[in-house]
Amino acid sequence: MAIITAVSTWLIPCFLLIVLSVASWKKVPTYELFVEGGKEGVKMAFSLLPFLVGMIVSISILRSSGAIDAMINLIAPVLMTFGVPPEIIPLAFVRPISGTAALGITTELISTHGPDSFIGRLASTMQGSMDTTLYILTVYFGAVGIKKMKYALKVGLLADLVGIITSILIVKMVFG
Amino acid sequence: MVNLIWAFMAIVGIVYAMFNGTMDEVNKALFESANDAVTLSIGLISILVFWLGIMKIAESAGILKALSKALMPVVSKLFPEIPKGHPAMGYILSNITANIFGLGNAATPMGLKAMEEMKHLSGTDTASRSMITFLALNTSGLTLIPTTVIAIRMQYHSVSPTEIIGTTIITTVISLISAILLDRLFYYQSIRRKK
Repeated sequence: MAIITAVSTWLIPCFLLIVLSVASWKKVPTYELFVEGGKEGVKMAFSLLPFLVGMIVSISILRSSGAIDAMINLIAPVLMTFGVPPEIIPLAFVRPISGTAALGITTELISTHGPDSFIGRLASTMQGSMDTTLYILTVYFGAVGIKKMKYALKVGLLADLVGIITSILIVKMVFG
Repeated sequence: MVNLIWAFMAIVGIVYAMFNGTMDEVNKALFESANDAVTLSIGLISILVFWLGIMKIAESAGILKALSKALMPVVSKLFPEIPKGHPAMGYILSNITANIFGLGNAATPMGLKAMEEMKHLSGTDTASRSMITFLALNTSGLTLIPTTVIAIRMQYHSVSPTEIIGTTIITTVISLISAILLDRLFYYQSIRRKK
């Protein structure tokens, strides 16, 4: 478990070291490229803004009304026997459907329960390790005019289910 | 689907508040959360600028290309129907590398190109074996470093915003392996049915 924590701390600085060393050795204009790429980051953050405002407001309405707690109390006994925190269910359900909606839910879970709580860590792991299966299939097949998807949806959704179960087990193992 | 989910959450919340007597809280949450979301989005700028800046350097230094080349032998085994040296393979590799580094915006155009090339190979409007394998890889999430999640954790004052990288990588790898296995399983099942 100590290795996993060490990887988390070392990965980004080491990656940075490699990129900057290789780039300098190849005489690439590092600073100028950084600034150029960084401009895209500003654009990206602003393009995310309306998505996040929309989703987070909608979820907060649902939470502040007490409806989320009522739903969680309803399903908690079943899920608790399997060790699944019921708070995570909305995220697990939405993650394959919409990336921005899931990001909104993840943000809301992190702000409500705290980033270093079990739910905060689990939401972070789920959000980071999965992708929007339904969106990807629709866009990619749609763009090239594929009408029969065959078993693609089955594969994608079953792999998502494996991802959900794995994330719960791994987060439990690593963070206890 | 997203439209339905979005509207449904707000509608259920408001109706529930009518009966639960929590309209005050809902009214307050409406404006506070909108404010929070804007603060959060602006906070995301720091990491996104930093990461995309570094990735631009990595791209120009040929690091992404080198990784594509290194992945070639493994990835080409997953696509037995694509002939050696076919352009589809190049696009598939670029898409995978871009995804690994969390460059979703760069990954999608490459992925669409790959799909086009694979359609040339199959020539029908039914999904080919290679296409399904390719999308199985994509939908299982290939990202190694979840930059947006780290940024959000920073915004909410995590003691260690990056501590979830390890668990994220393990989960990604396991769901990736199971996506490949499931893809194989359903493919052989579909052949057997034809016989």
